[in-house]
Amino acid sequence: MMQSMRLRLFLLLLATTSAIWLLGVAWTYVSVQTRVEKALDARLMEAARMVSSLITDHHIDVAAAVSSQTDAQTAAETDAGEYRRQLSCQIWSLQGQLVSRSESAPRMSLSDHDDGFSETTVDGVKWRVYAVVNPVLNVRVLVGDSLDIRDRLVADVVTGQLVPAFASLPLLALLIWLSVARGLAPLNRIAALLAARSADELHPVTEADAPGEVRPLLRALNALFHRVSEAREREKTFTAYAAHELKTPLAGLKTQAQVAAMSSDEAVRSQALRQISTSVDRTGRLVRQLIDMATVDSAERGTSPQHLVTAEFVQGVLADLDGVQRGHGLNVTIAVGEVLSFSVRNENLLRLALRNVLENAMQYAPETSTIVVAASKVGDRLDLSVVDQGPGIDEDEHQRVRERFHRGRSPAGNGSGLGLAIVEMAMNKLDGELHFRRTEHGFSAVLSLPFAETCG
Amino acid sequence: MRILVVEDDLVLRDGLREGLKLCGFAVDTVATAADAFLALTAGGFDAVVLDRMLPDGSGLDVLLSIRRSGNRVPVLLLTAKDEVGDRIGGLDAGADDYLGKPFDLDELAARLRAIARRAEGRANGTLTCGSLSLEPASMRVERSGEQVTLSRREFAILRALMENPTAIHSKSALEERLYGWQEDVESNTIEVHIHKLRVKLGSAVIETVRGVGYRLGSV
Repeated sequence: MMQSMRLRLFLLLLATTSAIWLLGVAWTYVSVQTRVEKALDARLMEAARMVSSLITDHHIDVAAAVSSQTDAQTAAETDAGEYRRQLSCQIWSLQGQLVSRSESAPRMSLSDHDDGFSETTVDGVKWRVYAVVNPVLNVRVLVGDSLDIRDRLVADVVTGQLVPAFASLPLLALLIWLSVARGLAPLNRIAALLAARSADELHPVTEADAPGEVRPLLRALNALFHRVSEAREREKTFTAYAAHELKTPLAGLKTQAQVAAMSSDEAVRSQALRQISTSVDRTGRLVRQLIDMATVDSAERGTSPQHLVTAEFVQGVLADLDGVQRGHGLNVTIAVGEVLSFSVRNENLLRLALRNVLENAMQYAPETSTIVVAASKVGDRLDLSVVDQGPGIDEDEHQRVRERFHRGRSPAGNGSGLGLAIVEMAMNKLDGELHFRRTEHGFSAVLSLPFAETCG
Repeated sequence: MRILVVEDDLVLRDGLREGLKLCGFAVDTVATAADAFLALTAGGFDAVVLDRMLPDGSGLDVLLSIRRSGNRVPVLLLTAKDEVGDRIGGLDAGADDYLGKPFDLDELAARLRAIARRAEGRANGTLTCGSLSLEPASMRVERSGEQVTLSRREFAILRALMENPTAIHSKSALEERLYGWQEDVESNTIEVHIHKLRVKLGSAVIETVRGVGYRLGSV
């Protein structure tokens, strides 16, 4: 593939221009040849008739007549030089005797034709001959000219055209090269603008002064810039939040440790140590969720469906949360209904999603209450729902709680604000959705997955 | 010295309350921007420790709005975002100092003393009145070059009197400087501390202005 657009355009233009020129030359060659032939044929005819009429009326010596004509021609075309002695004339008796001939004419008969045009080769020279019969004197007048001379004439005309053409080819090439450069200048300017940018310059390129052909490209590029800078902004916000969420508990730990070290009061010290322990647990959870989030973020969508037994899968997730469940004295019921098993493209994503939904339910459910994990087929979807007796999430917060680091209004709030964001991300990757519903049984968080792909 | 701590993290808030108390401050704590705004509007603080990210808004917004209403209380911003740009933004919004998390409790205390001192127009940390000198950072009090040992509360009362030696300090004003909202104050506590101070430093050191309050006497 040719890398330079300029070189490509240049070669294309040069090739097409040269081709058109060559075609022109060929056409000129053909047309000149035809015209020259016609003109010279007419002259042959005229000369033959002239000779014939001259010998009839005045018995003028043929040889003298022809040579006088060629002399006149020579005088008229002083520059003709190489075209001299074009015409040769023979007068033959009808019995086949050579009566007379011009100086340049061969002794052999130029034609055995009675009348009209013919072509013959005499002594290796090709002749175009016109014959006319003079019935009064019983002679045939033959006037011919050499075809070589005719060809040379045509060749000279064509050469006269080709030579300046080839001579000006380098000049043409130079002009094409410069024109292409000028034509491509707007592209070069945009390329230079983009090349001069540093990696974090993501403002749009101005489309206004760009050529129409490049605008769609620029528009696509600007849209890309926009998306990248948005993603960057999100990452920045995420980093700022993550820094805050990690450094704050660290500051708490350090301060409490210093309090414990400074205080001589036993009560203050043991309170500080309790706080340190609580903070370590919470920070540990935050770190785990950050890792979960990175896992979900980089997870493949998965291609081969994994077959899962519903009850086992839910039990597995619950086992991870055993500590939280017992800590709050909660009772968990599993109701799989008719969905005894199903398949999912990435088991790990679903496990993380369910664990975070369950963990949330456990955080906010009243102590010793019951949480229900249920599976059901709804139309073409599989719903995994977690129902708890906690305060739930208000309708106007249903969207915002999915944002990273957004904590709901619930006063119990010692969550990181990452749990539901992880669920949302995981469900997106599984083509599923997270819904919230308030039912008569309590507040329900539903993981809804495509049925066709998941139910085997 | 009475400090308001605005911090949403429970563990850090509790740690700051206990830790700053140990450093000799009276500490009040709030967890949200709204509560911070209410507390600051009520006033009575010598300095504020303000977290930059609060659950219901930005600490910077609280700072901007109290500065707009003419409140000049010294503010130390506490934040996890401690890049140069953020520090500049915080200081330009009206903060007096800036500390990135995690921080050292003693450094925080020293910075609070420094911004409070500057707000009072003093460059030197040591308070001196006659033969009496008080060093807030080390909580040292000397009478004619001899060190006197004081309790935390006694120290706070003496400091309040020495910071403004000609003014009369009412009993309730001294209580406010001594205790946070969460602490119970017995009705005669101030009198008890004043009595102990007179025993340790000489009875002429604190003058009682009957029916109004107390003032630094002849030292």
